[in-house]
Amino acid sequence: MALKMVKGSIDRMFDKNLQDLVRGIRNHKEDEAKYISQCIDEIKQELKQDNIAVKSNAVCKLTYLQMLGYDISWAAFNIIEVMSASKFTFKRIGYLAASQCFHEGTDVIMLTTNQIRKDLSSPNQYDTGVALTGLSCFVTPDLARDLANDIMTLMSHTKPYIRKKAVLIMYKVFLKYPESLRPAFPRLKEKLEDPDPGVQSAAVNVICELARRNPKNYLSLAPLFFKLMTSSTNNWVLIKIIKLFGALTPLEPRLGKKLIEPLTNLIHSTSAMSLLYECVNTVIAVLISLSSGMPNHSASIQLCVQKLRILIEDSDQNLKYLGLLAMSKILKTHPKSVQSHKDLILQCLDDKDESIRLRALDLLYGMVSKKNLMEIVKKLMIHVDKAEGTTYRDELLTKIIDICSQSNYQYITNFEWYISILVELTRLEGTRHGHLIAAQMLDVAIRVKAIRKFAVSQMAMLLDNAHLIASNTQRNGICEVLYAAAWICGEFSEHLEEANQTLEAMLRPKVTTLPGHIQAVYVQNMVKLYASILQQKEQAGEKEAAQEITQLMIERLPQFVQSADLEVQERASCILQLIKYIQKLQIKEVPVAEEVIALFAGELNPVAPKAQKKVPVPEGLDLDAWINEPPSDSESEDEKPKTIFHDEEQRHSRHRQPEIDEEELARRREARKQEQANNPFYIKSSPSPQKRYQDTPGVEHIPVVQIDLSVPLKVPGMPMSDQYVKLEEERRHKQKLEKDKKKKKQKKEKRGKHHRHNSLHTESEEDITPAHHVDIITEEMPENALPSDEDDKDPNDPYKALDIDLDKPLADSEKLPVQRHRNAETLKSPDSEAPPVEKSKKPKKKEKKHREKERDKGKKKEKEKKVVEEKEEKKGEDLDFWLSTDPPPVSTTQPQSGPEVSAAVVAEPEEVKKEEREEQQEEDEGKKSSKHKKKKHKKEKEEKSKDKKKSKKKHHSEEEATESVQNGTLDDEPLPPMSSYRLLAENPYIKMTYDIQGNLQNDSQVTVSVIFENKSTSFLKSMELNVLDSLNTKMLRPEGSSVHDGIPVPFQLPPGISNEAQFVFTLQSIVMAQKLKGTLSFIVKNDEGSTHEKLDFKLHFSCASYLITTPCYSDAFAKLLESGDLHMSSIKVDGISISFQHLLAKICFHHHFSVVERVDSCASMYSRSIQGHHVCLLVKKGENSVSIDGKCSDSTLLSNLLDEMKETLSKC
Amino acid sequence: MQFMLLFSRQGKLRLQKWYVPLSDKEKKKITRELVQTVLARKPKMCSFLEWRDLKIVYKRYASLYFCCAIEDQDNELITLEIIHRYVELLDKYFGSVCELDIIFNFEKAYFILDEFLLGGEVQETSKKNVLKAIEQADLLQEKLDSLL
Repeated sequence: MALKMVKGSIDRMFDKNLQDLVRGIRNHKEDEAKYISQCIDEIKQELKQDNIAVKSNAVCKLTYLQMLGYDISWAAFNIIEVMSASKFTFKRIGYLAASQCFHEGTDVIMLTTNQIRKDLSSPNQYDTGVALTGLSCFVTPDLARDLANDIMTLMSHTKPYIRKKAVLIMYKVFLKYPESLRPAFPRLKEKLEDPDPGVQSAAVNVICELARRNPKNYLSLAPLFFKLMTSSTNNWVLIKIIKLFGALTPLEPRLGKKLIEPLTNLIHSTSAMSLLYECVNTVIAVLISLSSGMPNHSASIQLCVQKLRILIEDSDQNLKYLGLLAMSKILKTHPKSVQSHKDLILQCLDDKDESIRLRALDLLYGMVSKKNLMEIVKKLMIHVDKAEGTTYRDELLTKIIDICSQSNYQYITNFEWYISILVELTRLEGTRHGHLIAAQMLDVAIRVKAIRKFAVSQMAMLLDNAHLIASNTQRNGICEVLYAAAWICGEFSEHLEEANQTLEAMLRPKVTTLPGHIQAVYVQNMVKLYASILQQKEQAGEKEAAQEITQLMIERLPQFVQSADLEVQERASCILQLIKYIQKLQIKEVPVAEEVIALFAGELNPVAPKAQKKVPVPEGLDLDAWINEPPSDSESEDEKPKTIFHDEEQRHSRHRQPEIDEEELARRREARKQEQANNPFYIKSSPSPQKRYQDTPGVEHIPVVQIDLSVPLKVPGMPMSDQYVKLEEERRHKQKLEKDKKKKKQKKEKRGKHHRHNSLHTESEEDITPAHHVDIITEEMPENALPSDEDDKDPNDPYKALDIDLDKPLADSEKLPVQRHRNAETLKSPDSEAPPVEKSKKPKKKEKKHREKERDKGKKKEKEKKVVEEKEEKKGEDLDFWLSTDPPPVSTTQPQSGPEVSAAVVAEPEEVKKEEREEQQEEDEGKKSSKHKKKKHKKEKEEKSKDKKKSKKKHHSEEEATESVQNGTLDDEPLPPMSSYRLLAENPYIKMTYDIQGNLQNDSQVTVSVIFENKSTSFLKSMELNVLDSLNTKMLRPEGSSVHDGIPVPFQLPPGISNEAQFVFTLQSIVMAQKLKGTLSFIVKNDEGSTHEKLDFKLHFSCASYLITTPCYSDAFAKLLESGDLHMSSIKVDGISISFQHLLAKICFHHHFSVVERVDSCASMYSRSIQGHHVCLLVKKGENSVSIDGKCSDSTLLSNLLDEMKETLSKC
Repeated sequence: MQFMLLFSRQGKLRLQKWYVPLSDKEKKKITRELVQTVLARKPKMCSFLEWRDLKIVYKRYASLYFCCAIEDQDNELITLEIIHRYVELLDKYFGSVCELDIIFNFEKAYFILDEFLLGGEVQETSKKNVLKAIEQADLLQEKLDSLL
């Protein structure tokens, strides 16, 4: 041994330590990778040694390498070894390494459970601390479940150092194991008033984080936090509390009223910017949630805006940024208060810092009005010109478009101006937002009829100058605007003055260098242009001109026919043939224009983006059903359909269809498109419904093209938007003068004319009448459109699971799991009846006691239930009371901290709590009754509580008495251990045993606990349990999953390990036993690879599993029997050899009864079903037989129960 | 707080602490992305940036960047204070800390951070208490070491 030690330390002398490694890496800058791989080899050698010091040194080095990006997951097991070293020095390193590299996927993590538990209970607080710190980084759902109880105990540790760590880590535990929240919450709440400020602030932190995610469950804590807020001087804590209130106020606006004053005081007084900022933010949140018309309302807003202005004016960039950020929040509800600071915000556009400029831009978006839109956009255009860097300039561009188009172009009074702005934006070099501009052009041209003429002229100019825009085509995103320009010119060609010229421009050879989708639009729209020119010429009788234009088309179109783009080619060749045909007709002097133009007759209306989604499915139409059964494909029928496909479709139960081949899919898609095209809801029926565009190019088809253009573009001859600003000002001035003269009457008329959809009437602004008679066509929706917009919540939100009501009393099933069954496995029992793996094998005495306790609790629970029911009603009122009075009666919510509280058993604090609750309730009642009676009431209360204590004592003694009656004989001979876990199924890999418990809180639910034991030497994972629901009994699945979905078992099983999972089932009737078929599927993973395995089982819900052991007193029992409402039935079993108490114990244990009274070989027993059926038994033992007489409020239930009992007893 | 990164001006990672479970691959990706973004920012720019759905708060001390990711509702200024407090703690512990201290004693830097923050929340607001805890743990370690 000594030699080994010496050898170890000599080894260590030659090892590299961390410093050497770091130095080495720094000295090998050239061949770092090589050096490190050499080091890793050394480390691997070191890890093979027995000396823990060497190992720890190696792990330390690995941790460093991990930071440099090297994978060290292979050393996970060595890390655990170092973690379990007894010396703190090594343990510390081990935990550090684990916290850096362990995550939920780390297989070996479950091996740490016991080590961590040991460290948590170490007498050395630093061992505990290091374990807690480590755990906070790598806690998994399994670890959380297994260690929750240990950590909860640590929350009451004597050392504040441990308490605060334990409190903080609880948050991580809650996230991973939400079931722990309710049992742990009372103690957590207690910690809000811990004498140690560190622990207190930790508790505040945790509750604030919890409350931020699910505020409604924490409203009742508001008074307590209010007290903390007004008393605390710690800014860290204050910020958290204020944030919490920010989350609570939207749910309880009255809370906001109460908060405003202390918050404004803080804003005035604090010097800490972080606190100030938090206060301002919360005040804003509060004011948003408050309905207007509150006194001091505007004063508070003004205060906030003033403070924010100071922040924005500050030289500190950080404050400036945050000031703008907060300002944007105010903007949403109080735009006026912000708008007065327009100057300041426009100034920020000149800031050096891009992030500040972007913030300012965001603000501007909300600040525009009809009055200032042109001015603001003009400023922005200037910034666009001088902006350096494409990102920021692109941001400006999108912002300009956003600002102008917001709320259905609400703020635009002059669309000519807007079109000019858009055209000006096309001069931007290298923007990637060409498609955005194009979309706007299309949208405005389609929806604002009055602007079409102007738009068409502008677009024609763009097409004419296409060579400027389209140079350097492939990478130029701005050429997208040509798409819009071509379409607008074609579609609205009647407005075109120089159609010939435009057509000419579109037929230029240069066009063929444009991207395919744009060329396609060109081709399509030049026909529209051609048609309208043809018509024009024919009407004017200029036959030659008409033929000339046809000739031009025939000459130029072939360049598109040769296009490499399929779409272009197809359209061009088709159209070329058409025009050749037209030429033939023209030669024969047949007038063709009317027919050609008819190709494009009808008007396009915009369709709302959601229109398709909103088409209601007609009654009786099943979209999943086959219209025609597809022809059976003999070869593919044998093939099993791919599971993925079927999972998605959710149809496997109904049909088993062979896979559909690509062609078929394409065909159907085509058919669907056809159908949509013919769907009257899709495009509004035009005058000639048979002629419609079937393939209208939509904005969404425009792909985004990355571009970078080096030469700035100037499009000559374009109008400057600035002119409009001036014109507009003059116009408005004139208008105002006119209005002053003519007054209201006219105004009304005008407004009627200038009616716009969707625009909100904001007073004075509306006075500015638009320059054009603008009618924005609203987007079309299908008839009977479904109004609802499902707001989809993210089902993967980790915080959703923590949305738990914390005021309900704790149920038995909610107790934190205390590691029992794994340890109990070693206790092999001689009882042949019991399955080999048992959890709760305990000597009978313990069992009995446990049950006593349980029963005790059951009783309390009933009482408690009532109390809580009442309390729940009052909960709201309590808060009401607090919210309506000053000062707050915070004392009522103070948890009492007694010596019992620190006890580890969950049940005990619960007991204390319960008493408190009652007292508290009384107190609350007292408060509500008028204040004059307070004193008197106090006395009463004292008396009452004395009374209660007395009565409590009485209960206890009574119980003790019954206990002694039972125990008196039971103690004589020890009973064999029993387990309620029955075998569910087993195969060479896994064994499942299960137990069913009724749920006290829900009369139609039972919980099935299944123990999974891995019997193999392989790793079992991805276990999923599924049952076939019956009409009466259904497995409770997470929301949104179908009845065919299995429930994943929330853990994996390494070889030889067993673990328990619970599944909840809902039932309608409980009078009969039920059997459900089910399957467990899982993946077996070993060295050879992994296989998918299944295990079928039958879940047997006996009637006894619906019973809940409920104590009953003999007098109540007698009354029940006398009532005469009960049906009766009896059985007799012969050949009973076991003792009477043994027999009673069996009935108690397996059938959930309790003994009411026992005299010699006669006993009365009682139980209750989850649905409230009373079941009374009279058990008599004869020589070798037992007779049981039963009475129950339901005869079927009774006979089934007795049958089950008969079966149990006949085995004895 | 979701995570904290320390990296040098050259983009070398000096310390990383993750308070949310992520795969190594994801961590590396995030680190690379953030180091690039932060280093690309000009000195006069503010310390906050929006990144994915998180807010990044960073501050440069000498040659080291301290970079934290916080959630949308978190307070940026208090995060800056957390960073500052951590720097103060390192400074007190090492005695005018420099990048090399953190490189060579990176485990100590972690230990200090772990005493100050736990699970992404401030654990101890008192500088004195944090240092006391670290000193005592070190003392314990030395005692054990000397026994060897």
